[in-house]
Amino acid sequence: MPKDGGIGASSKRREDVRFLTGTGNYTDDINIHGQAHVFFLRSDIAHGTITSVDTGAAEGMPGVVKVFTGADFEAVGGMPCGWQVTDKHGQPMQEPKHPILAHGKVRHVGEPIAAVVADTLEQARDAAEAIVVDIDELPAVVDMKAAVASDDVKVHDDLTSNLCYDWGFVEENKDATDAAFEAAAHVTTLELVNNRLVANPMEPRVAVGDYARGTDESTLYTTSQNPHVIRLLMGAFVLGIPEHKLRVVAPDVGGGFGTKIFHYQEEAFCTFAAKACNRAVKWTSSRSEAFMSDAHGRDHVTKIELALDGDNNFTAVRTETYANMGAYLSTFAPSIPTWLHGTLMAGNYKTPLIYVNVKAVFTNTVPVDAYRGAGRPEATFQLERVIDKAARELGVDPVELRRQNFITEFPYATPVAVEYDTGDYHATMDKVLEISDRDGFAARRAESEAKGKLRGFGINCFIEACGIAPSNLVGQLGARAGLYESATVRVNATGGLVVMTGSHSHGQGHETSFAQVVADMIGIDENMVEIVHGDTSKTPMGMGTYGSRSIAVGGSAMVRATEKIIAKAKKIASHLLEASESDIELKDGAFSVAGTDKSVAWGDVTLAAYVPHNYPLEDIEPGLEETAFYDPSNFTYPAGAYTCEVEVDPATGEVTIERFASADDFGNVVNPMIVEGQVHGGIAQGIGQALLENCSYDENGQLLTASYMDYTMPRADNLPQMDHYVVDHSCQTPCTHNPLGVKGCGEAGAIGSPPTVINAIIDALQSGGHDVAHIDMPATPARVWAAMHG
Amino acid sequence: MTKIEMTVNGRAASGDVEGRTLLSSFLRDELKLTGTHVGCDTSQCGACVVHVDGEAVKACTMLAVEAAGSEVTTVEGMANADGSLSVIQQAFQDHHGLQCGFCTPGMVMSAAALLKENPKPSEAEVRDYLEGNICRCTGYHNIVKAIMAASGQDVAPVAAE
Repeated sequence: MPKDGGIGASSKRREDVRFLTGTGNYTDDINIHGQAHVFFLRSDIAHGTITSVDTGAAEGMPGVVKVFTGADFEAVGGMPCGWQVTDKHGQPMQEPKHPILAHGKVRHVGEPIAAVVADTLEQARDAAEAIVVDIDELPAVVDMKAAVASDDVKVHDDLTSNLCYDWGFVEENKDATDAAFEAAAHVTTLELVNNRLVANPMEPRVAVGDYARGTDESTLYTTSQNPHVIRLLMGAFVLGIPEHKLRVVAPDVGGGFGTKIFHYQEEAFCTFAAKACNRAVKWTSSRSEAFMSDAHGRDHVTKIELALDGDNNFTAVRTETYANMGAYLSTFAPSIPTWLHGTLMAGNYKTPLIYVNVKAVFTNTVPVDAYRGAGRPEATFQLERVIDKAARELGVDPVELRRQNFITEFPYATPVAVEYDTGDYHATMDKVLEISDRDGFAARRAESEAKGKLRGFGINCFIEACGIAPSNLVGQLGARAGLYESATVRVNATGGLVVMTGSHSHGQGHETSFAQVVADMIGIDENMVEIVHGDTSKTPMGMGTYGSRSIAVGGSAMVRATEKIIAKAKKIASHLLEASESDIELKDGAFSVAGTDKSVAWGDVTLAAYVPHNYPLEDIEPGLEETAFYDPSNFTYPAGAYTCEVEVDPATGEVTIERFASADDFGNVVNPMIVEGQVHGGIAQGIGQALLENCSYDENGQLLTASYMDYTMPRADNLPQMDHYVVDHSCQTPCTHNPLGVKGCGEAGAIGSPPTVINAIIDALQSGGHDVAHIDMPATPARVWAAMHG
Repeated sequence: MTKIEMTVNGRAASGDVEGRTLLSSFLRDELKLTGTHVGCDTSQCGACVVHVDGEAVKACTMLAVEAAGSEVTTVEGMANADGSLSVIQQAFQDHHGLQCGFCTPGMVMSAAALLKENPKPSEAEVRDYLEGNICRCTGYHNIVKAIMAASGQDVAPVAAE
């Protein structure tokens, strides 16, 4: 029976009402009296030396307040990087300066060179056209292997090369891994590209800087997934503003998918310029600007090898990956191809030896950082593709090859430094084969063939690591931040609760699901709980939302704070009931004395806390408000199995998704409706990567895909029809180390679906007699047709 | 500057605009109706869809002066007279047809336009009609479901439990 409230109920989302009636409060909806607007003049050249920036004419244009160039920012810091990776020789990565406005050189198309602040946006844009910029164009380097092979074109003159780092993991396993390949009965090798993507939340980024001269306080309203992180990075490392003089607000945010984690130049600029101009300064990104200034995602070139013994057991995995960093290091860029990628290379399998090599490379392109899944889709794609290829080479069922190598005993310590706490990979495999009706595939293939189409069945398994933690471990791995989460639970006198969380909701529905958790713990109506997030002046220090961490880490902090509330409330109740505290039970919003009919309501206890006339003042303070910080002891490990059926039109190469099924193990689930929505969204992005999306540059570093005319976003008719699409989360092995037993669900769909689709396409093509071992994403009609015709 | 007048959500509205002012800017900046969103600059995303004289229009692609004298309806004008959610809005909430909410105003306005011209669309017709509305969060599945449900057709309940 569906629950009608609390944990496990598909409660309708309370935030929907404002979004459906046009009364949300997104950053671009915020206008401050007297605000000015900024327009950024961006480089249309990928690489060059700036010889002059003449702003004279622009400064005299109507409405212009001030024109800024790189020289105005010499006294402040550059954009900081939040993670330092150590290379395989024990040396720190190369870390270039990242200016707010380009200084000396431009290094990618879209890099801001100058900024015009004017009374209106139109005036700022008009004035920007009057700025004369002279740039001596230099050859650009776009291809990663070329960037590493030669120093002829260096993105950063003050670095020794274009190599950010050369990372080996686990370096101590390298020789043993090589030996296992020597001894292997079979080796499958695959070279592939994980295509560059643009996250494309539908709300473009916005920043509004404000400054109060009377109190010397700066405020930044920004489209961020983690306002406290922005406050810390911008305040401490860029502008030198102490945190108590800096407020960062991220109100309703229209999607993030990773690209709104990072601290961007425009945020620092608007905060800086508001003080310099003594009036609020607003920037709203256009979509074209977003394509050339939002951090991109993926962009790996990989060679993976899988070694098997004579019984088809996996004996070793060896990879070499080139990971694009772009022109500068975005906030968390170095960690993505390393600690969020190499650590996942065991997948769901008990491969004893794994060696991962990653070369991170600077190129004259937009910085690359986390995008939904962040490293884990790249790991999953290569591993699951090479396993599928091995099954074909060996002539065995891809399902059975996976099954025989599954990890089945938990906890399981992988050879790549992580320990899976729970999982049941056979269960999710069984479930997905059932809900996808694999048994009926042969008949469906025959129907497709009768229509002249090729039909393929793709299978894929995945594991991910979410709720990245613990802080002391990630600190050793190079993180320059903690990875805890916080919550303050404030109970009002009349019994309602306000929960202030460091997590941030930008589509995930925390205002509903977080309230479900707290209400369930106390046994009160969800509507008595209000969730507050996204404002550093209202919430305790938090790390924000990314990496599917909100319920696992933020939710756990909330549980801990609520436990403190309940403990104190029991003391108050024991006083009111004149009973021993150990006899007090909380159920359905009332405290009772065990074994008696004596009870006191939640509201009576909360009132006593604030009107402490009959109250144990000698033992406890009045009031009912508690804060908790939760630092997890391990990652969580959601896992699943996905299937896809495609039809390929041999005449055109067009691929259509005919059926899709997912069986995910997210551990316990708070709101099934929201969880399924997250999976739908992730799968759509994964299908987008597999079939449609590609961010592309020409050899001169010109961005060829800078609008929705060129970059193909998935539309409603690119996705499977309702009757042929099942998402399931009934296989649940609860996480053993957080209080809710939850694992996180935000990224699974984007991780699990791309290899599923490609595996299905290969199956379809091979069924038609085409000897195609691999096809790179996106599998566009042109690519598929070309692959079919050699 | 040109003074223009129009009816927006049943009320008289007026303002001074430049010739280049887009209807989306007029609604957002002059009338402070910030429910209409702008998600792209090439008329692709559909977050800005409003109704002008009963027709769905991308407000980023129409000049404000072109809408002078027209009846304009935005998402702020879609709720029932008593403030409760309309059938379409309620279906979006019931079927979890929105996540971040940014594309939602355009989706609601497009859905209303579709159901006006095609009261019982097939699933394929709904998907085809949404060609001009991009959503990055939901994968469209629950949007399609919500629109089908709003048209009075049976769809599976939310979240099989």
